[in-house]
Amino acid sequence: MSDAMDFLLWTKGPMFNIAMAIFAIGLLARLVEILVLGRSTNYAEPRANEWMPGFRTVLTRTVADPGTFKRAPFNVVVGWVWHIGFLIALLLFIPHIELIKGVLGISWPGLANPVVDFFTAVTLLSLIATLVHRMTHPVKRRISTVEDYLVWTIVFLVVLTGYLAYHRLVNPYPLALGMHILCAEIFLIMLPFTKLTHIFTAFIARWYNGAAFGRKGVQS
Amino acid sequence: MATPKRPDKTLGESLRAHGLSRRGFLKLCAATASMMALPASMVPRIAAALEQAKRPSVIWLSFQECTGCTESLTRSHAPTLENLILDMVSLDYHHTLQAASGDAAEAARMTAMEANAGEYLVVVDGSIPGPDANPGFSTVAGHSNYDILMETVEHAAAVIAVGTCAAFGGLPQAKPNPTGAMSVMDLVKDKPVINVSGCPPVPMVITGVLAHYLTFGALPELDGYGRPMAFFGQSIHDRCYRRPFYDKGLFAETFDDRGAQEGWCLYRLGCKGPTTYNACATMKWNSGTSWPIEAGHPCLGCSEPSFWDGGSFYEPVSVPLTANARTLLTAGAAGAVVGGTVAAVAKHRVKKADANRQPVTIEELEKKL
Repeated sequence: MSDAMDFLLWTKGPMFNIAMAIFAIGLLARLVEILVLGRSTNYAEPRANEWMPGFRTVLTRTVADPGTFKRAPFNVVVGWVWHIGFLIALLLFIPHIELIKGVLGISWPGLANPVVDFFTAVTLLSLIATLVHRMTHPVKRRISTVEDYLVWTIVFLVVLTGYLAYHRLVNPYPLALGMHILCAEIFLIMLPFTKLTHIFTAFIARWYNGAAFGRKGVQS
Repeated sequence: MATPKRPDKTLGESLRAHGLSRRGFLKLCAATASMMALPASMVPRIAAALEQAKRPSVIWLSFQECTGCTESLTRSHAPTLENLILDMVSLDYHHTLQAASGDAAEAARMTAMEANAGEYLVVVDGSIPGPDANPGFSTVAGHSNYDILMETVEHAAAVIAVGTCAAFGGLPQAKPNPTGAMSVMDLVKDKPVINVSGCPPVPMVITGVLAHYLTFGALPELDGYGRPMAFFGQSIHDRCYRRPFYDKGLFAETFDDRGAQEGWCLYRLGCKGPTTYNACATMKWNSGTSWPIEAGHPCLGCSEPSFWDGGSFYEPVSVPLTANARTLLTAGAAGAVVGGTVAAVAKHRVKKADANRQPVTIEELEKKL
């Protein structure tokens, strides 16, 4: 406990630089590699333009089609709930906005703390539900890998430590805040090298899909 | 010259000599109990203890400091509770307050140490150049701060480090720490050390600790940093009267906007209240008149370790210390080069394989069979 402030300053200082550098190097390396490699040349004559259908699919694939919803309503509903809760906590909590402003110089209006708190609590419960579902559903359980559990753990820890720090449930507070920042840094470091990259690549993949549809002249 | 021997008067006698009535004395005890967050049932015990207590000898050592801590202690409005309690101790050595100077002052220290060996309290303000630092960085009467500290604490009952410099190194220890400054607890390992941090500390906290020692003959319950829980147990944020504005998401964003005028939360202006543990929010300053946040300025976090190196006073707690867009862009550019190179190498390999391709026809394969 006596080194709580040193720990906090380490997470806010050198460790933050390291995490941000690994995140930026890793993410850009992966994205540029994906984009430079591109797709194999399609020699077939295009039937239609591929750009707009690509963007359309980026949007339309965000909402699950009725078939998917019917087959796996839990995945769709709980998946949506916790993703939205996570994004609200990440992007609309005032201290997070101040962090982004401090690093990138851009900012936007935030939400009142109790609202963010509510969404954080919902996110935590949803995340627990996803883990229980993953471990009890026979198919999900079989296809889950160590990486899946690792990614779930770090996402959960980021939200949990944030919740604990906000409610000041761990003393002293510098320790609570330091733990939250460290978890977020581990999240950033893991992001480019795990399935967390989907935060960025999901949209690229959707665009490629839509573009392929557009080129073939089918509905995107 | 200060009194060399430990005075024989009890506190009760001493206070009566100051004209304090029995009612006034009990009020003092009740205030002491409430200040230290003790139950009201403790008041009679405090009264009995203080009545009989002997004024302990106190040796106050000033090292790399600005005298702000002494100012804090003495600038209280007479006759306050703080002054009364200060009268309770026999302050045998204190650069700023003692009448003696030169050899006579040093002799007072030595005499007090001999007469009260094992029982005197040492109060330290200011940090100390460590044993590996140049001893000439800070000296008193030709002796290094380190030597004087070690010599004085050897037979002390306990050491009270007053102010953030003595408790954690403070400003002298801020990077690059040119004098190799260390805190009292870095150097004194074999005596109880109690930290009363703050730049300066709230006067009531200094006197409160002394009162606790007189009452119970022991040091109060301490937190992880060796600070009395009664005063440092809660954060500024938790006791701040502006806290409801934080909870509602109402923040001042500049020092002269509507939020500042309405007295909203100062988090976005860099308030370190969330990470700072001190009694300012409850005890306030200048005889309970006001305190920094009430005056419209964010808390600097002066009672915490490394507060000088903890980033700008005007950046919110959540902002990283050194990371900026340039770090991100530079790392991103490096990543793009890595990704581009890997992709280019892969493409080149495919192209090369394509060029060296040796097609085989079905006829050729059939011939081989």
